[in-house]
Amino acid sequence: MKNDSAKSVELDRNDSVTRRDFLKKSLVGAGLLTLPGLLPGCTWEEFSQKHFSELAPAELEQVLRRLKDQYRRCYGREFQLSATGPLPETAFAYALDLSKCIGCRRCVYACAEENNLSRSDPQIHWIKVLRFPNGSMNPEDAERYYAPDKVPEEGYYYMPVQCQQCANPPCVKACPVQATWKEPDGMVVVDYNWCIGCRYCMAACPYDARHFNWAAPTLPINEINTHTHYLGNRPQEKNVVGKCTFCIQRVREGRYPACVEACPVGARKFGNLLDQDSEIRYILEHKRVFRFKEELNTQPNFYYYFS
Amino acid sequence: MMSSSLSIVPVFRFSDFRYLLTGLAVFFLFMLLPDTGLAVEPLQEYPVPPPPFSEGIFPCSDCHRDLEVNTKKRQLVDEHQDIRLHHAEQVRWCLDCHDANDRDRLRLTSGATIPFTESYLLCGQCHGTIYRDWRAGVHGKRTGFWRGPKRYLLCAHCHNPHAPAFVPLVPAPPPLKPRPGNDRVPTHEKRPH
Ligand code: SF4
Ligand code: SF4
Repeated sequence: MKNDSAKSVELDRNDSVTRRDFLKKSLVGAGLLTLPGLLPGCTWEEFSQKHFSELAPAELEQVLRRLKDQYRRCYGREFQLSATGPLPETAFAYALDLSKCIGCRRCVYACAEENNLSRSDPQIHWIKVLRFPNGSMNPEDAERYYAPDKVPEEGYYYMPVQCQQCANPPCVKACPVQATWKEPDGMVVVDYNWCIGCRYCMAACPYDARHFNWAAPTLPINEINTHTHYLGNRPQEKNVVGKCTFCIQRVREGRYPACVEACPVGARKFGNLLDQDSEIRYILEHKRVFRFKEELNTQPNFYYYFS
Repeated sequence: MMSSSLSIVPVFRFSDFRYLLTGLAVFFLFMLLPDTGLAVEPLQEYPVPPPPFSEGIFPCSDCHRDLEVNTKKRQLVDEHQDIRLHHAEQVRWCLDCHDANDRDRLRLTSGATIPFTESYLLCGQCHGTIYRDWRAGVHGKRTGFWRGPKRYLLCAHCHNPHAPAFVPLVPAPPPLKPRPGNDRVPTHEKRPH
């Protein structure tokens, strides 16, 4: 396509058309054809993809097929890519027991593996574990690079932080193109194909929960998780923002998020707020829970407690 | 319509009698069924993986069958020296939890015995609030489905019953420190040194 435009411009020049004609044609031609061309590897199909909310089922099917082809070419693996919608009668919430967490970071790496996060350069972690001196809750005292021989350490407690799936999410309001939104079951998601990489949402998030892909993910081929969701753990591209989705690809199939299953001390709890018998309801009814930076009115669906 | 709703005396019809007869017949038929023994062994209430026995130690009766039962509290010298009891050791010893007569089972304070797969009943005798949280799926690790079958772990999978304090772990490596222009540290946190 690029070749065609170059050719037509040349032809115009040879025919010595008027200056105005030449400019008009070449500008329109160049404009039309370089737009998708500016994005590396971007096809016309990809460029003209509609907003997620406007995709008809058949169009969504087509998008998923296109992405699977792309991943096959890129990684040589067959992907299982779904776009399972929100479950009825479901409002997801998370709870984390700060008396139990030992700061071992098992959750951090389980998350990176499950969600196909870039391993190094850039290294992307959707969970960070903050270490606080006992008695302090001041984020200024938090340390995330602690590296003792053994955890837990005397005199400290640990507080893992990831996306809080706020009910009143400032990140969503900040996005100028609506590439991120809140799903009816409570998950705040990003459409990586719609994200323009402006990083406004990162600036708006008070939890430092959003992470920018400064480069295409570095993923060892044999460690790729091919069980993916369009709004979740499919490999992200360069220049888009990603974040924890409570493992949308797992929880919409009824499973626990990967961090819940990885935590060796069972500090992490997940479930449906609308289900009277869920663990999460039990915690809200029996424990004294709090939400991080509550005063900002972000209304997290993520509860911390000391048991 | 009016008259029927006003009538107080119930009219007993043959059809009602028929239901009664059927009910009685079904009841007696069930009484005749052979006892399958299903109701005797309690169903496994919480699906747990096998208890974490030391290699080759179970069934205990393999060795204990030929040993005389000695119920005197004492220091063990011939076997089990690897066990350091650090769990209210002043007030208890082996046979407070292990059944003296059937070594393959545990013993509750009531005198009832339970299999090792239900050891949570034993722990729950003292740790009632934790047992309550565990049953609700809140204390301890739960895997599987938030909406569907869950796998529980026995207390003993995480806590050595003889010395239950959680053993410290080696942490996974810290995140890489950001390089200039490659990442940012939110201003509310300390900058890396
Ligand atoms: S924690 Fe941050 S990224 Fe997650 S919903 Fe709230 S504001 Fe958005
Ligand atoms: S895996 Fe569990 S104990 Fe370890 S840091 Fe994460 S939440 Fe804390």
